[in-house]
Amino acid sequence: MDRLPDRVLMKGNEAIAEAAIRAGCRHYFGYPITPQTEIAHYMAKRMKSVGGVFLQAESEVAAINMVYGAAGAGARVMTTSSSPGISLKQEGFSYIAGAELPCVVVNVARCGPGLGGILPAQGDYFQATKGGGHGDYRNAVLAPASVQELYQLTVEAFDLADRYRVLVLILADGTLGQMMEPVSHLEPKDATAAGKPWATVGTGGKRFHNTITSIYIDPERLEAHNLHLQAKYAKIARNEVRCESVGVEGAEVVVTAFGTTARIVRNVIRQAAEEGIKVGLIRPITLWPFPSEAVAAAAAHPSVKALLSVELNAGQMVEDVRLAVNGAKPVQFHGRMGGMLPTQREILERIRAIARPEGGT
Amino acid sequence: MRPLEVVVSGFGGQGVLSAGRLVAAAGLLEGREVSWLPSYGPEMRGGTANCHVIVSDEPIGSPVLNECDALIALNAPSLEKFESMVRPGGTILIDRTLVPEAPARSDVRLIAIEASAKASEMGNMTYAGVILLGALAQATGGFRRDSFEKALAEILPASKHALIPEEMEAFDLGRTLAGP
Repeated sequence: MDRLPDRVLMKGNEAIAEAAIRAGCRHYFGYPITPQTEIAHYMAKRMKSVGGVFLQAESEVAAINMVYGAAGAGARVMTTSSSPGISLKQEGFSYIAGAELPCVVVNVARCGPGLGGILPAQGDYFQATKGGGHGDYRNAVLAPASVQELYQLTVEAFDLADRYRVLVLILADGTLGQMMEPVSHLEPKDATAAGKPWATVGTGGKRFHNTITSIYIDPERLEAHNLHLQAKYAKIARNEVRCESVGVEGAEVVVTAFGTTARIVRNVIRQAAEEGIKVGLIRPITLWPFPSEAVAAAAAHPSVKALLSVELNAGQMVEDVRLAVNGAKPVQFHGRMGGMLPTQREILERIRAIARPEGGT
Repeated sequence: MRPLEVVVSGFGGQGVLSAGRLVAAAGLLEGREVSWLPSYGPEMRGGTANCHVIVSDEPIGSPVLNECDALIALNAPSLEKFESMVRPGGTILIDRTLVPEAPARSDVRLIAIEASAKASEMGNMTYAGVILLGALAQATGGFRRDSFEKALAEILPASKHALIPEEMEAFDLGRTLAGP
C-alpha cells in the first residue's frame, strides 16, 4: 500500500494508525483495550511492511516505558490506549516530561471512573490537560472532531512533539475511533525525524555521551530544569493555540465544545438559526494550550448573553472557559455521562432558555 | 439533493454493519459527504448491532442520529427500539420473514419484504440485507445502483468479487419489491 486513493472511507482508529506511519512512526507499543484496539490491529499488520516495530506489551505501564526508551533513542514512537489504560500510563507521562522526550499518545476515551464503560466520554479532560502524573509539567493536548482531523492531527502531533520535546496527547473518544468518514491523505512534509543531537544513540567514541534522565538531586539544578520546562511550556502556549470559531460575531449564545460534542452542537446551531436564535461555536482544537483569548473575545461581544459549555462529563472544560471569561458573562454548563450523548433537543432547550428567558420570541 | 439518514439494525452476523457501510461507500463514490457510526457498546455484546449512516451534500455535523429518514430492521427488537426515530413521512423497511410484527407507526411508509426467504431461495442468507438495500435505494433515491455496484467491488474482498452479479440480482429484486 504505497499511496491510498484520494478520499477513502476509514475508521477513526485506522486513520490514527495510518497517519502515524506516514508521519514516520516506526515504533508502536500498545496493550489492547476497547474502543481503540483497531489501532493495534492496524499497526500489527502494517508495521512489518514498513520495516517498523509493533509490540504488544505486557501492560500499559510497560508500553509507556518502551515509548520512553524508543523516544530516548530519537525514534518517532507512539502508544495508544483508552481511559483506564491511560491512567496506568501517568507515571510514564511524568518521567517523559521530566526527561523531555518527544512522543505521541492517543487516548480514545471511554467513560469512567474505574473500569466504567466502553462508550464515548470526555471525563478525561482534567487528566489530559492538568496532569495526572506528578510534578509541574504539561502535555500538548489535541482534540480532533472528525476522522479527517484524527488523521491530520496525528501527523502534526509528531512534528509538535519533536519541535518542543514534549508528549503530545490526542484526546479522542469512542465515537471518533469507531466511526468511518472519508479521509484525504496529506503527504507529511517531514516523514523522518529531524536531527536529535540529544538522543542516546551511541557516541562511536567520538563525543561525550548524552544523558536522558528526570532525576536532579541538586535542588538548584532541579529548579533550573523546572524553569527551563516552564519557559518551554510558555512558548507552546504562545505559539500553538488552535481553535475553530464559527459565527461568534453577533451571536446571542456562544457554545464551547470539543470533539464529538462539537459535532452535535453544529446541528443544534442550524436548528437554532431556524428559530431566529444566532449561536456561535468555539471548538478548541488544542485543549492545552487552551484558546482562552478566543473565548474571552467571544464573551466580550455585546450581543453575547451567555456562554454554554457542552461536554460528555460533569463539567471539566467549563472551568477553563470560566477562567477565560473571567466573570464578563455568565457561563452555563450542560453535560451527559456514562456514555450517554446529549440530544440536539436538550442542547437547544438550554440555548432557548438563555436567548429567550421569558419563553417568548 | 436532500441528505439521507438511515439506521440499519439487526442481530450480529446479519451483515448490518456491512450494509450500512455499503450505503456510505456508495454515497462517497457519488462525491458526497458520508459518515458511518457503528454500535460497539453493550448492545453489540448482547448480540444485536446497528449503525447510523448519513449521506449528504453538506459537511456532516453530528454522526449520531436522533431522528432518521429510513430504518432497516432485520429483527423484531430493532423495529421496536428504533421505529420512533423515523421522521413522519419516512420509511421503515423490514425483513418480513424475521419480523412478523407490524410497526406501531402509521405516519411512515412501510416496506415489508420477505428478504430472508428470498435470500434463502437464492442460496445465500447474506443477500437479505442487500435486498433491503435495493428497496432502500428505490424508496429514498438516496444513492444510485451503479455506485452501489462499485461500492461492493471496493468493500468485498477480491475472493468474493465473483458474487457481485448475484449481489446485484438481490439488489434489483429489492428495488422491484419496494414498488414504485
